Amino acid sequence: MSEARENILRRLHENKVTARPAGPQSPGNPGWDAQQRIARFTERQQAVHGEVHRLKKSTWLDWLGAELPRRGLQRVLAGTGEVGRQLARLAVPGVSVAPYEHPIEQWKPALFADIEVAVTGARCGIAETGTLVLWPDAQEPRLMSLVPPVHIALLEAATIHQNFAELIEMEQWANGMPTNALLISGPSKTADIEQTLAYGIHGPRQLITLILE
Amino acid sequence: MNQHQAFEQRIHKALHNAQLRRNFRTAMDGIRRRRAEQFQDEAQLQALRGQARAIRNNSLGRQAELLEQLEERLTGNGIPVHWAETPEQANAIIHGILDAENARSVVKGKSMVSEETGLNHYLEQRGIEVIESDLGEYIIQMAQEPPSHIVAPAIHKNRVEVAQLFREYHPEQPYTEDIDELTGTARRVLREKFASADAGLSGVNFAVAETGTLCLVENEGNGRLSTTAPRLHIAITGIEKVVEKLSDVPPLLEILTKSATGQPITTYFNMISRPRQAGEKDGPEQVHLVLLDNGRSRIRLDDELLDTLRCIRCGACMNHCPVYVHVGGHAYGTTYPGPIGTVLEPQRLGIDQVGSLTSACSLCGACGEVCPVRIPLPKLINRLRAEAVKAQRGSDVKGHGSLRKPSEAMLWKSWSLLYRNPLLYRLFTRLATRLRLLAPSRLRPWTDYRSAPRPASRSLSELARQEGYGHE
Repeated sequence: MSEARENILRRLHENKVTARPAGPQSPGNPGWDAQQRIARFTERQQAVHGEVHRLKKSTWLDWLGAELPRRGLQRVLAGTGEVGRQLARLAVPGVSVAPYEHPIEQWKPALFADIEVAVTGARCGIAETGTLVLWPDAQEPRLMSLVPPVHIALLEAATIHQNFAELIEMEQWANGMPTNALLISGPSKTADIEQTLAYGIHGPRQLITLILE
Repeated sequence: MNQHQAFEQRIHKALHNAQLRRNFRTAMDGIRRRRAEQFQDEAQLQALRGQARAIRNNSLGRQAELLEQLEERLTGNGIPVHWAETPEQANAIIHGILDAENARSVVKGKSMVSEETGLNHYLEQRGIEVIESDLGEYIIQMAQEPPSHIVAPAIHKNRVEVAQLFREYHPEQPYTEDIDELTGTARRVLREKFASADAGLSGVNFAVAETGTLCLVENEGNGRLSTTAPRLHIAITGIEKVVEKLSDVPPLLEILTKSATGQPITTYFNMISRPRQAGEKDGPEQVHLVLLDNGRSRIRLDDELLDTLRCIRCGACMNHCPVYVHVGGHAYGTTYPGPIGTVLEPQRLGIDQVGSLTSACSLCGACGEVCPVRIPLPKLINRLRAEAVKAQRGSDVKGHGSLRKPSEAMLWKSWSLLYRNPLLYRLFTRLATRLRLLAPSRLRPWTDYRSAPRPASRSLSELARQEGYGHE
């Protein structure tokens, strides 16, 4: 329908409205230090039913080893990157770790029906809104943080930014966006019935962030 | 029945539905409170509104250029862009893409633009299964109703009504009126659809020209599922949704979610720039964008009405509108209800079709005060009222002058004459005060709900003169 394209663009060019440039946009910077950023992130996540734990960097696998059986989570989905490789070492009776090795078409029903929890890394965090930032890729595909009922994300404390605007600027996102970039702030929720919050509608019911220091 | 009678009939029906009114009242009170909690610092709010307004103005001022840039970037990223002037064209394009891929089932994220084009009906008629996956949209799809609110489409239904719909359509699921359990039922029912659908369809909140990125705002995850699980993703949006830069996004996102639902941010903000790349294991192999005009480029012809297009579809105007709160979204009879609908729809569809909407406003100004991008909604409603009855030359508003009535025009002409001519005015006030007992007691439709005005025995200027004020 290139005719439609020409017609629309012609009309838009014809009725040239005065271009009104946007004013200066300096992202407000709250100026939190590292500890304040962690505290803010934690507070915001918890406010939307996100679970947050602060761990020493070397202990997250032990934490999972203790917590997964305690929570009755047996079927774990891992990526094929660094986090996934470490996760493969998890040796807990009754808990099986499956890597996301094959394209989704080959095992879609199993992902939707069987997997109980996925463990991924996070590119970084945003303190202001308590947000995990993920750039899913071949090692940690998009559906990992979406389909399993529980999502556990590892977040390096040092990567928690002040706010979204600062993050985009500092990491120069405009120079190259990934296939899919995600901001995740809490577990999936809805308020479509009587404006009443209910968690776990389509995405994870539980979002657990392990802040690694 | 003319449009005005039809509108009045819908309003009458809504006003006499006590359940509907309770549902809206409760929902709107809650949503207003939550929004107010997010904007406790007035200075910050006004600064953010100013910023959002400037960003949207910049996008609209350079729309052609930005759309061309968006197209170039998206195409470069592997996302073909399709242009549609009319709803029919948009529907045909989407059907064409689905057909070429032999896609028989579509799972939809929430998209008001697809409501605008009547896409579901169009595809169903052509044998394609369409499932709405936003919980609210799924509820009204079962009820076979249009959305009554642009953000919370099933806001007019309470839990019992929802429970009954689930019982009717999913008798295999245990009956419950508990909201958490109902949500669980929806999760089970729709999960199968996500796993099996051939294609996903979504709207777009912001389309970033700089990077060729489609941004989607949501809480449920159904938007992410619709755009990730099936092998094909089609996004549809209005041409006004383009923004220039990635750095335009954070302020718009902040003011959108705070204004819409009183959340500092939604659960998911999903930024899509490419289809699945080599080696990636999920995500759609094809992503398409359909850009719909449908009257938008005509709205731009008018420098004042252009402001209509700044809208970021947060719904705050309807949440704060006393008329909307009382009659609900369906009474408007258009895709977009409330103040923004009252401004947008007569321009999009024509005053001759839906110009009556502009009468459902008390000009209280609440909508203009809460609009995150400072659209002067009351001013625009007033402007469209004038467009509706004035036989102006050179107006670009579709159907302008079509609600002009000779009797009404005559009345206002006489009034104008009377008030311009001192002699006539004095004669009139003298007659009106002296013969006040003859004033009619029934002035339909005014006196349907009010008592008729009765002139005083002496006019104000007469009384003033009696008190010794010489100058009139």
